[in-house]
Amino acid sequence: MTMEEKMGGSNREDEAMDRFPVGMRVLAVDDDPICLKVLGTLLLKCQYQVTTTNQAISALKMLRENRNRYDLVISDVNMPDMDGFKLLELVGLEMDLPVIMLSAHSDTKLVMKGITHGACDYLLKPVRIEELKNIWQHVVRRKKPDSKDQVNALNQDKASGGIGEAVQTSTSCSDQKFNKKRKDQNEDEEDDGEDNEHENDDPSTQKKPRVVWSVELHRKFVAAVNHLGLDKAVPKKILDLMNVEGLTRENVASHLQKYRLYLKRLSSVATQQANMVAALGGKDPSYLRMGSLDGFGDFRTLTGSGRLSSASLSSYQPSGMFGRLNSSAALNLRGISSGVIQQGHPQTLSNSINGRGKIQPVGLPANQNQNGTLFQGIPTSIELNQLSQNKSANHFGELNPVNNPNVFGVATNFPDARMTVGSSSSSLSTPSGSPLLLQANTQQAQHSGAIGNQSSLGVASLNQESFDMGVHGFSNFVDNGRCHENWQNTVQLSSFPSNSLSTCEAFSHEQLHTNNLQESISWRSSHLSDNPIDLSASMANAGLEDSRGDMQCQISPSNNVIHNIDYAAKQQWGENSSCAGADSLVSGAPYVQHLEAGKLAFNTKLRSNEDFLFEQRKPQNEFSQNNFETLDIISSSMIKPEQYNETGMMEGELGYDAFPLGSCI
Amino acid sequence: MMSLHDNRRWKPRLLECEIPASNPKSLQISKPKKVNLRPHFLLLKFAFLPGFKYPVAKTGLPLWMLGLDADRLRADLNRLLAFLFHQGILDEQYLQLQQLQDESSPNFVSEVVNIYFHESEKLLRNLRSLLMDRDFSDYDKMGIHLNQFIGSSSSIGAKRVRNVCVAFRAASDQNNRAGCLRALELLEHEYCILKNKLHELFQIEQQRLLAAGVRYPMLN
Repeated sequence: MTMEEKMGGSNREDEAMDRFPVGMRVLAVDDDPICLKVLGTLLLKCQYQVTTTNQAISALKMLRENRNRYDLVISDVNMPDMDGFKLLELVGLEMDLPVIMLSAHSDTKLVMKGITHGACDYLLKPVRIEELKNIWQHVVRRKKPDSKDQVNALNQDKASGGIGEAVQTSTSCSDQKFNKKRKDQNEDEEDDGEDNEHENDDPSTQKKPRVVWSVELHRKFVAAVNHLGLDKAVPKKILDLMNVEGLTRENVASHLQKYRLYLKRLSSVATQQANMVAALGGKDPSYLRMGSLDGFGDFRTLTGSGRLSSASLSSYQPSGMFGRLNSSAALNLRGISSGVIQQGHPQTLSNSINGRGKIQPVGLPANQNQNGTLFQGIPTSIELNQLSQNKSANHFGELNPVNNPNVFGVATNFPDARMTVGSSSSSLSTPSGSPLLLQANTQQAQHSGAIGNQSSLGVASLNQESFDMGVHGFSNFVDNGRCHENWQNTVQLSSFPSNSLSTCEAFSHEQLHTNNLQESISWRSSHLSDNPIDLSASMANAGLEDSRGDMQCQISPSNNVIHNIDYAAKQQWGENSSCAGADSLVSGAPYVQHLEAGKLAFNTKLRSNEDFLFEQRKPQNEFSQNNFETLDIISSSMIKPEQYNETGMMEGELGYDAFPLGSCI
Repeated sequence: MMSLHDNRRWKPRLLECEIPASNPKSLQISKPKKVNLRPHFLLLKFAFLPGFKYPVAKTGLPLWMLGLDADRLRADLNRLLAFLFHQGILDEQYLQLQQLQDESSPNFVSEVVNIYFHESEKLLRNLRSLLMDRDFSDYDKMGIHLNQFIGSSSSIGAKRVRNVCVAFRAASDQNNRAGCLRALELLEHEYCILKNKLHELFQIEQQRLLAAGVRYPMLN
């Protein structure tokens, strides 16, 4: 039911601009007809232009049709068809409109949740007209200091150190951002100058077109941020890197801000995940897996020693989902399905560890040098195949192009990488039942064979645990906010050096990132709410994270790598914006190449691989060769276009063709 | 002479009277007890043209036709409103609703209140069926219903109903079934009081408008 009433005459926009806030266009969403009617009439009384609807879905549709048609959205919290917070997130990410939450319940937790999800304000019912008379300030506030905020946002993000510690960031970040905004409003214009001026000239202008952050765009954005490094990602540079016409610095700045917020939220979720994972099993592999779930993390774990990789692989299975999640969810809210794919990743990771180049999950080179880019969600089958072959090159070249932007090629080159992967795959299959998982499981099984000695068996079992955990865990996180952390965590995982030792290190790092993973997972899960697999993926990711953390990596170099990766990952995840899976893929590709170069490419690469592509350091053993090859393949596969098909993602992602281990692309 | 205070039993004979130009139908609200005025108004609308000289009723000119009742009815209205505020049945939000009523939305309050009655009765039925169920355990669902009830009641300005709902929700959060049952009883009771009083309000308002409207043609 939609009712539209216009205040002004035919030339709405001009009139609105001239007489702002009179004529401001508000969209009101509430399932309660009484409140909706009263609210609509009150808003009319304030001389706004009002559109009302009692369904969140139709509200989204209207917003998507023409995002320039509305200036502000007021939404109820409890709605039957969609959670108000979810709508809030979607609107914030896709349309960058200020959203005010409305509720009869004044519970502090709910208000906090609203703020962390990015609401401009939280009103209580009954709504009074005095409160409504002031809501136009949110529109002005958003329009003006975007660029100014960016600078502060950057500083803030750095300060809060998006890695892992992001738990408290959600609140602090929002506070900081809020403070920043205040400061911005008081400050003079930043160096961006001109752009700001344009905005300031018409603060109430309705003409500013809204940028649609499509999947591709977001992917580019994430790639650019990764390339620069999260802390160093300045809107100007990002803009240059992205090289997109018609994109202004302000657009990038605000998107960056959101992305950071998102990542922070993910990290806090990831910590929860990590806790869960920790509770589930102390085995490293399982943790690894969990960590790697994010796709990033997977790599890390995988990159660790062979056994680690297996562990990560196993944990990856869920992360496969993550891979998807990360890519899709993070990158693109619509990419929920991709999140599902991520689940598949864990499997792939494990597979990759086995030497497959398939990279969905970070290809942890079984050989240690595998810098498998964790392809999340990318066909675990591919990974599994690779793993089974137990080639040194664990690269999971095949990322689900469709779903997972975050696919991390997991180069499970670890010869040792036991087949925990295999076992993990089994575990994967169970919980979610997603095809991906199954594939991953199978792959893992294969990999496990390939993987060497280490905890392959253990990993396998762990995988199951972690995976199961992941599955369960996800459900909890479904409604969590962004899973930034997951991403971060996965990233960390992916940064696992190919050496088994490195994987150990990676694991330790992963723990840090676990939080991220968890967050990202939760983020993903929130986006993937439809996908149970996604949930597991996210869980798996979290699990991977944890497992990774447990694993003690002895390889110092890997530490460095991991750090770098983590950093990169964090940077990547710093952005709330949904990262297009493509970004991850793209970033993965460069990593692959670097790996071949035999350097800690992924340190730098990590930056570029926002998503799960983490290149692993060259495996020290002979697998490195393979890894590189697979990395190439992985990167190429990772770049495959991803389609965010929310519903079908899982299916699509799962449907990875078995990627022959030997055929590293 | 009919007592003007005996609103419920008063049956105005409007058949031979002129009706004000403004549509009396707009004054009517749906309620369980139909006012007898309505069918007469309908007849009048089509049967008589404004300006037509109306014959005097058999029983003599009803007082309300002289327009004197408008003031009396307004006094009644204010008295009732004051009573309701004093009792806490209504609060300032109701006044806000009244202020929102203007020429562009002349029947705003009555429309909103009608929707409220409709929704509330649905909610009350749901709540009762939930609680009557032996195997009831879904307190979350009840919480959702209650949230909606709280929201709509507070938007109307139904203070007492809202307070009972809040207590109900607290009991539901604690999974206290007995407490919920008690709260439900109280809620239904308060809702009945509110509904009756609001009907009374609307009735007086309707008559007042009628009386005020009647005065107009008499000036010609």
